[in-house]
Amino acid sequence: MAETHSLQDLRQPAVSSKVFVQRDYGSGTISKFQTKFPSELESRLDKQQFDETIQTLNNLYAEAEKLGGKSYLEGCLACLTAYTIFLCMETHYEKVLKKISRYIKDQNEKIYAPRGLLLTDPIERGLRVVEITIYEDRSIGSGR
Amino acid sequence: MKNCEYQQIDPRALPTPTPIPPPHLGPESDKREEPKGPRRKWQVFPGKNRFYCDGRIIVARQSGVLPLTLGLILITSGLFFIFDCPFLVKHLTSCIPVIGGGLFVFVVITLLQTSLTDPGILPRATPDEAADIEKQIDNTGNTSYRPPPRTKEVLINQQVVKLKYCFTCKMFRPPRTSHCSLCDNCVERFDHHCPWVGNCVGKRNYRFFYTFIVSLSFLTAFIFGCVTTHLALRAQGGKGLVFALQESPVELVICFFSVWSILGLSGFHTYLVASNLTTNEDIKGSWSGKSGEDVTNPYSHKNIFINCCSVLCGPMSPSLIDRRGFLPGDESVQTAGVDIELPTLATRNVVGGSSQLPFGLQESPSPVPAPPHSHQNSSSA
Repeated sequence: MAETHSLQDLRQPAVSSKVFVQRDYGSGTISKFQTKFPSELESRLDKQQFDETIQTLNNLYAEAEKLGGKSYLEGCLACLTAYTIFLCMETHYEKVLKKISRYIKDQNEKIYAPRGLLLTDPIERGLRVVEITIYEDRSIGSGR
Repeated sequence: MKNCEYQQIDPRALPTPTPIPPPHLGPESDKREEPKGPRRKWQVFPGKNRFYCDGRIIVARQSGVLPLTLGLILITSGLFFIFDCPFLVKHLTSCIPVIGGGLFVFVVITLLQTSLTDPGILPRATPDEAADIEKQIDNTGNTSYRPPPRTKEVLINQQVVKLKYCFTCKMFRPPRTSHCSLCDNCVERFDHHCPWVGNCVGKRNYRFFYTFIVSLSFLTAFIFGCVTTHLALRAQGGKGLVFALQESPVELVICFFSVWSILGLSGFHTYLVASNLTTNEDIKGSWSGKSGEDVTNPYSHKNIFINCCSVLCGPMSPSLIDRRGFLPGDESVQTAGVDIELPTLATRNVVGGSSQLPFGLQESPSPVPAPPHSHQNSSSA
């Protein structure tokens, strides 16, 4: 009996709604997300924590897309090898994307999951939105 | 109380009736009973593209005249190496086939990369996103007779830019993105759809395209020069120019006509790169101030060198469509989320000292054994 319950329990937290944090195009086509705090999250999350998450993500994307000596060197080297170097080398952008993915996992574990929220990595949504899934909250303050 | 909780656990509301391990859940929810293995995202890609090598290679559905382009390059270079090189090596220098060979390899590689790379396709919005955007559009106030406005204005570097809503992809297109009707995709930094290359030219493959046309113009100019030198040397040899012309007409004709057009195209694209414009924007006159307003290109770095570097040597963004990724089942997403939540929710209940157990389990007589019970839940997950 306990086994049956535990399997069904895995599916218990149902998705209540999803919040989408859109892109901020004020600085051009660089990947940057709006820091406006969605009203649906007011009951679950501090504005400051949300701000910090989005700002860190924006900074990480800025680092990935930064035009500087290192990216130019990578670009020139790639051009000289007729871009075949992309077949065997991981680009700087891909390295930062892995960093972002680790950061999001970390944030989910520490901050978002305990509040019944889930951050989705923007790369899974084509860098269009930061999707925050709000799960139904049955344990907190229910049935007391 | 606990009875209510049991009623909420409705098997019909569950994504799947049986616990299947997530990685093997291939198809989307409407084909749950399909016994086949996991499917990759390219197999359900909605755009008009074709995929080869299990999603590694992407081409537009209409390959255009790509075979013709390849054929012309191969034939011309082949004739050059067979007929002109031996003569020129003997009379001039052996560097000629080396330079020619290097240019030829460069041209073919960049051509293939332009044709077979994802140009910067934006994946279509998920149904939830599309619903959210629709809701936002409706909220901004519109009459019931006219369709709601489907443009959004943003301020980019003090320049007003209109973002259009794409009805096919169900999202507001980012700046400089355009929907290609031939490929049925929204492409970032859309330049144009090139039939010679058989693919769109966009953010991710513009540098390959530019390198291709520049190296092709060098190659055609080089071959043209070599053929002319060959003819000149032969004509000097005594047999006359007309006789020499009869020996290599094909290359001369092809090179003569292509040199001017390709050089012209390279020049045009060099101008576009230097001013950080796309062909699309140039043709539409988006930033040329035709309408009389004071418009400037908001994406330009106002410096030719920086513009060139950012377009050609900037960071290479990854493909957003994740062709070789596996299709996610609803199962895997929820289970992943729940796995993270379970330990923490159980912990909170223990800390709070509540008699209400996380999932309304009737078996446990008191809250004290909750930690080992929840531990059982996590381990069975």
